[in-house]
Amino acid sequence: MNATTIRTTGDIGKYEIAHLTLVPKRHIGRTVAAAVVLLLFAALVRAFSVGQIEWSYVRDFLFAPTIIAGLGNTLLMTVAAMTLGIVLGVVIAIMRISGNPVLSSIAVGYVWVFRGAPALLQLMLWFNLALIFPTMGIPGLFEFRTVDIMTPFVSAMLGLGISQGAYTSEVVRSGLLSVDSGQYEAARSIGMTHMKMLRRIVLPQAMRVMIPPIGNEVIGMVKLTSLASVIQYSEILHNAQIIYFANTRVLELLLVASFWYLFVVSILSVGQHYIERYFGRGIKSIRSSV
Amino acid sequence: MSNDIIVKAVDVTKHFGNFLALDKVNLEVTRGEVSCIIGPSGSGKSTLLRCINLLERLDGGAIWVNNELVGYRREGDRLHEISDVEISQQRRRIGMVFQRFNLFPHMTALENIIEGPVQVLGEPARQARERAETLLERVGLADKKDHYPSELSGGQQQRVAIARAMGMQPDLILFDEPTSALDPELVSEVLDVMRDLASSGMTMIVVTHEMGFARNVANTVTFMEAGKVIETGLASEVLSTPKSARTAEFIKAVQS
Ligand SMILES: Nc1ncnc2c1ncn2[C@@H]1O[C@H](COP(=O)(O)OP(=O)(O)OP(=O)(O)O)[C@@H](O)[C@H]1O
Ligand SMILES: [Mg+2]
Repeated sequence: MNATTIRTTGDIGKYEIAHLTLVPKRHIGRTVAAAVVLLLFAALVRAFSVGQIEWSYVRDFLFAPTIIAGLGNTLLMTVAAMTLGIVLGVVIAIMRISGNPVLSSIAVGYVWVFRGAPALLQLMLWFNLALIFPTMGIPGLFEFRTVDIMTPFVSAMLGLGISQGAYTSEVVRSGLLSVDSGQYEAARSIGMTHMKMLRRIVLPQAMRVMIPPIGNEVIGMVKLTSLASVIQYSEILHNAQIIYFANTRVLELLLVASFWYLFVVSILSVGQHYIERYFGRGIKSIRSSV
Repeated sequence: MSNDIIVKAVDVTKHFGNFLALDKVNLEVTRGEVSCIIGPSGSGKSTLLRCINLLERLDGGAIWVNNELVGYRREGDRLHEISDVEISQQRRRIGMVFQRFNLFPHMTALENIIEGPVQVLGEPARQARERAETLLERVGLADKKDHYPSELSGGQQQRVAIARAMGMQPDLILFDEPTSALDPELVSEVLDVMRDLASSGMTMIVVTHEMGFARNVANTVTFMEAGKVIETGLASEVLSTPKSARTAEFIKAVQS
């Protein structure tokens, strides 16, 4: 029916629709998709139940002291490496936009070098530093044997944290650039020094842009810490390996480790939501305005 | 130089690349005076304000605020460029109100006003808070103190921005087209606040296209064009009987 027919018929009865029955739109595609997914899922469950997995092992080792200790070390390394990464990231990003040519060249060089080499390789470099520098320190003042300092923990923290810093600095930089130049001027006009302006005005606003990618990076770091197993840091994967070397239940222990990774990542995702909400204060969210 | 002179700009020159944005500009503003700067777009009005507030560096000439040379320290026959920290100290005594408000979006109206006094002047939080509340009352926004800028209208945001500038207890407030970004019906609420501020004796330099405000509130009016001061004088004289033909033309154009 088109506009002309409405006008010409002048039939009022046509416009009364309250008594008609409403038939909701059918989502056939959705129903089919759901059926397919359920089918595949059922097949997967069947495969795992008939496969040679001893689920009792999974259950027994889930809370084994070695596994729980490994989980603790994984979390500890995540916090340590990520803290180092964020601190370096902020410092490098501020150096990069400082307008001081020396500082910004250093920042560019840092990102170039530490983003260019695989994290695993960097970690191994730190761990094996003793091969080229048997001792470290200031001659005459103090001196250490490098192998005493470059423990698996320290090497992993440096390797993971420093390479993370290269990535995080780009996130921080894009956050800083996202803040309107009027904010910088307003902060200066009330007499703030450069550092105070960054701390009180610019970074809190940049946070809104930085939190989602940094959240991703934290989650990535939880899993990246598994690289430290290569240099004998006893994080969860390393400890799972120690157990399955003894009892040969390889897949069961890998499942135990996967469970814990998934568990930690789930909790972090929820935490990220609340942090985003905090730094989004004062800014109308796109979602709520729709 | 008289003590009553708060701002004195002598032959101020500023280039952006090859472009001459300010060409030997002179300006004098005395204590308690309201000085309006008018002129077509691109004539260098904002640049002049930004030079006074050290948001831009001069290429030539000099500016004194409160008898203090802006951007330099004089020791005998030498002029030393001052450090960033000293620049921020000089800026504390000069308030600035922007065309686009530039309130801090992550802080409430009250927090916006308190920020400077507490973080920069080191005032006790309680005292700053009480003063901020008084200021918000003065600009008619006592009931909005816990609102974020995004929850305020443009006119309300600009009034908070004026209160923020006043919170620093400056010797002088610079206004850069404070009503240009506002819907027409919100202009008067901001001008009312500025008029009230003027009658309380605050020294103000106001870049504006509001001829009514210039006529009724300003003591002096300066007309700029292409980086030069074309004409300056008492508001009543410049606006009603301009000496320069260009000034007359401009005033006629903005009033129609
Ligand atoms: N950072 C900058 N870099 C290059 N050119 C600039 C810069 N800032 C201003 N200019 C130029 O200097 C001239 C004067 O600018 P200014 O903003 O002072 O003008 P204005 O009188 O305030 O104009 P309006 O009424 O449009 O605000 C303009 O031609 C502008 O393009
Ligand atoms: Mg301007």
